[in-house]
Amino acid sequence: MKNGVNSSAEALASVAVLSDAPEETAKPAEPVIHLDGLSVQFGGRPILKELRGELRGRAIGLLGPNGAGKTTLIHTLLGFHPPSSGTAHIFGRDIRNNAKQIRTQIGYMPERDSFIANMTCVHFVRLMAELSGLPSEAALERAHEALFYVGLGEARYRQLGTYSLGMKQLAKLAQAIVHGPRLIFLDEPTNGLDPPARQRMIELVRQIRDSGKAHILLSSHLLRDVEECCEEILIIKDGRIAVYCNLEEERRANRKFLELETRGDREGFVEAIGTLGCEYALTSERRLKLILQNDVDIRNLYQIAGEHKVQIRRLNFKRDSLEDIFLKAMESGNGDVAQAASVPGNVAQAASLREGEK
Amino acid sequence: MGVYEHAYKPYAGPLTPEWSRFLIIPRHAYRDVFASKLFTGFFALCFVCPLVMAILIYLHHNLTAMAIFQINLRDLAPINGFFFQFFVSFQTGLAFLLTVLMGPPLISRDLANNALPLYLCRPFSRAEYVIGKMSVLLILISAITWVPGELLFLFQSYLEGAGWAAKNIWMAGAIFVGSWTWILLLALLSVTISAWVKWRLAASAALFGLFIISNAIGFTVDGVLQTRWGGLFNLTIIMKTIEDSLFREANTMGLQSWMVLPITAAWIMLALFLALCLFLLTRKVRAYEVVR
Repeated sequence: MKNGVNSSAEALASVAVLSDAPEETAKPAEPVIHLDGLSVQFGGRPILKELRGELRGRAIGLLGPNGAGKTTLIHTLLGFHPPSSGTAHIFGRDIRNNAKQIRTQIGYMPERDSFIANMTCVHFVRLMAELSGLPSEAALERAHEALFYVGLGEARYRQLGTYSLGMKQLAKLAQAIVHGPRLIFLDEPTNGLDPPARQRMIELVRQIRDSGKAHILLSSHLLRDVEECCEEILIIKDGRIAVYCNLEEERRANRKFLELETRGDREGFVEAIGTLGCEYALTSERRLKLILQNDVDIRNLYQIAGEHKVQIRRLNFKRDSLEDIFLKAMESGNGDVAQAASVPGNVAQAASLREGEK
Repeated sequence: MGVYEHAYKPYAGPLTPEWSRFLIIPRHAYRDVFASKLFTGFFALCFVCPLVMAILIYLHHNLTAMAIFQINLRDLAPINGFFFQFFVSFQTGLAFLLTVLMGPPLISRDLANNALPLYLCRPFSRAEYVIGKMSVLLILISAITWVPGELLFLFQSYLEGAGWAAKNIWMAGAIFVGSWTWILLLALLSVTISAWVKWRLAASAALFGLFIISNAIGFTVDGVLQTRWGGLFNLTIIMKTIEDSLFREANTMGLQSWMVLPITAAWIMLALFLALCLFLLTRKVRAYEVVR
């Protein structure tokens, strides 16, 4: 699979997971989440529009601007909202017909504060485990384990009302994992956390991901969180999938993307580059961006520059950050980016080039 | 995910049967309510009436004791439909107070703390949630109404003989059905108010208010239209009509003859009222409210 970024349904179906993934979740026979034309309407207003694709990653970041439909997607997958048309499958089960069975395998950490009043944390987590079907004694045992795991072991007998915001977030994570789900939905897990608490949360999410025992769907506004935790991202814009990409593939693809600063008459130079099959864009008088073809090496560029008496003053591999990808997806609209890309998987670069041409 | 392992591990043990999971809610709720000495004391007081009535039944069959006290209990307090109707009425009165104490925070607390998504993101349906919340009241009220009522009936049958039991078996049915109509009404009313009124005091007041307001509406309709059909809006009259009918004791518990409704109409109105409560519950008990 060469494409790092895709927005079409066909491309979604072909996204692969990283090769170093643990065996249990490396290449699942069935997708974790299969979106099959999923649409959701509230009061006649479409919120999610014909979402299609297969998500197979261990940790998938769900991104999008406010009101894009991220939380609605999670809630629909949990069965809180009925689809208006289409459906989705989680581990091969249809959310329309098997909501209860699906929920046995899901853990959910809501965005807002969600607790049961007048309870100690261990009592709360135990209750959540019991509601997930664990027998009372096993639930208590798992509650203790989960609270130690998230770092609330010493505070587990305190009332939830006395917890700080960071502790409440950890308690929410504990209730989401206490029953050992195969898929965990984390909705803004680092909301309101200070840097150390945020780091702790990110570390926990990574540990769960790397354990290979559970898949994670992480919805966040903080791109850095997603970049640190997730290997794949799904960007939703106006209720549609704007981008679905494998970050690692994307980064790998970006190695072929160059920014050059030159001196001298570059007309002949860029023409020669063009004859090699490389796409390019002149971004200013002295700068240009180009995408190398697989059979073209940087050495070739220096040779051509020498032949045309052009000095290459600076040469950078451009690596698009997640922020670049996100912003470009927002600017480019649905599907436009992928179609414009001429280099395999390099959607963001193509958008950059077009930006440069302007 | 062992305490000292610090590693994420799925759960691979056995699971509880799905049908039994709604009982988790009352089990955890009782832990809280019985932590209150006031509530525990009140709950214990609810068993005074059954105890007194059991003593009365015993004295009925103990001539020596009656001779000592020089009273004729058989004439003073005969064991008949009225005896058991009084028991059910008295106990359901206590059940109402118990509901006022326990009912209002049942759902409102979860709504105030956004806890519903935590329940409903698990293999736990909205129906199970509502049944679980209602069970908190159903179990406790059962413990002070029909369960001791049936025990009293069995005690009387044991002392009086099988012939009496066979002749009066309808009383056992009346105790059961009469108690359950009150239990269902109180539990459903309580959780519905709890779902719509978040403030505890206001919810308790609403529970009282509903009976008072329905009384006022009923009597106003009767007064203005010179009819008895205003009773259809009066919950107290509806319930008394049903109770009288079950215990075959017309007009014995304070209802004047012009107030009594046709029994079918009373049952239909009760069913409509319960259906309205269920409808209101389904509107409110959701993981998230959708702002349209």
